Amino acid sequence: MAKRITTPLDEETVARLKAGDQVLLSGVVYTARDAAHKRLIALIEEGKELPIDLQGQVIYYVGPAPAKPGNPIGSAGPTTSGRMDPYAPTLMEHGMKGMIGKGMRSKDVRDAMIQHRAVYFAAVGGAGALAAKRIKSAEVVAYEDLGPEAIRKLYVEDLPLFVINDIYGDDLYEQGVAKYRKD
Amino acid sequence: MGCAKSRVIPAGEITNAMEKLCISACCNLPEENLKRIEAFAATEESEVGRQVLEMILENHRLAAREQRPACQDTGVAVVFLEMGQDVRIEGGDLAAAINEGVRRGYEKGCLRKSVVSEPLFERRNTRDNTPAIIHTDIVPGDKLKITLAPKGGGAENMSGIAMMIPAAGVEGVRKFVIDQVRKAGPNPCPPIVVGVGVGGNFETAPLLAKKALVRPMGSKNPNPAYAALEDELLEAINKLGIGPQGLGGSTTALAVHVEYAPCHIASLPVAVNLNCHVSPHQSITL
Repeated sequence: MAKRITTPLDEETVARLKAGDQVLLSGVVYTARDAAHKRLIALIEEGKELPIDLQGQVIYYVGPAPAKPGNPIGSAGPTTSGRMDPYAPTLMEHGMKGMIGKGMRSKDVRDAMIQHRAVYFAAVGGAGALAAKRIKSAEVVAYEDLGPEAIRKLYVEDLPLFVINDIYGDDLYEQGVAKYRKD
Repeated sequence: MGCAKSRVIPAGEITNAMEKLCISACCNLPEENLKRIEAFAATEESEVGRQVLEMILENHRLAAREQRPACQDTGVAVVFLEMGQDVRIEGGDLAAAINEGVRRGYEKGCLRKSVVSEPLFERRNTRDNTPAIIHTDIVPGDKLKITLAPKGGGAENMSGIAMMIPAAGVEGVRKFVIDQVRKAGPNPCPPIVVGVGVGGNFETAPLLAKKALVRPMGSKNPNPAYAALEDELLEAINKLGIGPQGLGGSTTALAVHVEYAPCHIASLPVAVNLNCHVSPHQSITL
């Protein structure tokens, strides 16, 4: 059974999520990927205010396709999270509690998740049309010039996700592969 | 002796064909891909894996029904031209005609524009997904076959090349391919299609690997030794346990396609190019 959770994520929710859990996530999530992350980190380094408040927030690593008329958003599946690894620990330090993407995270990111009590979820990569159906609204809130890489505020309903890394140091990718490996 | 006959193709026809290809290739998965995913869903050992494969199938049906891109990453437009030597393009520049088709197709189809004009300093999005990456083969005849394979970044980044010595042999190739897939893990959106290019040289092996990806999914190399290698690699890869989306399972790859070319006596280049389960590509012949 999938666990229903809502954003922003509080301590209690984060504590009960375990690697391997299936989750249906609802609420506001912010999109950001490579170029947006670079800008956010630059602002933090300069001591300036961020265009979004990160407290308890979940960032979805996605660069959506443009919306067809009558739809809030185009196809919107996850992008490879590893590219955001150099930036993720700093964002966790500044309050981020969840990340949605696909693919492995570095040891530094996993350590930071334990330290700052944050969770990493995977959405089904490539299934962008399906994910878009769960996104009820979308608006660009920063960096419009980045096109697909702009920061968008999404409202999602029952977005299906898998918990990959939890605050206890477990990793679903490692556990899943170990279970089915035959070589 | 008369003059060689040439067939005229107006540049505008190429632009129109490209526009259609861009939209269709991103929204409509080849039928053989769907059948292949269905077949693997029936044998997948992990329950979560089966669930993921069902979601993938549902996604592809939805994409085709609503003419939305199956994946938001509608990639860089990789174009393979097989141009008959008796074809003459009239009324415009060939590359410009292709790029105009990409521009129109990506705009009309609500496809994501994912190209930056320069890789290191500014990385500014060109906003129209041009330029396309164009590979041209001159072939006999008076037809122009255009194959478009939009290539997303996630799977592409998991590619690799090794310049091996001939002594490495089949074992070396096998090890390199499997290691490459193992290292890629969940990143390229498994179940994946594995394109392998063996031989040629430093620049042609990766091109062979990419061409291998546009073969009909599950088709065999006509050389029986290479066909056997494809089967063997597929079996070995599916024993890695990576499974659908890397969550664990018996379906890591849907197919392995190997292409080869003659090479230098001192060389054994091997390239691996991965595709996600969407593996979009489509052709039009003018």
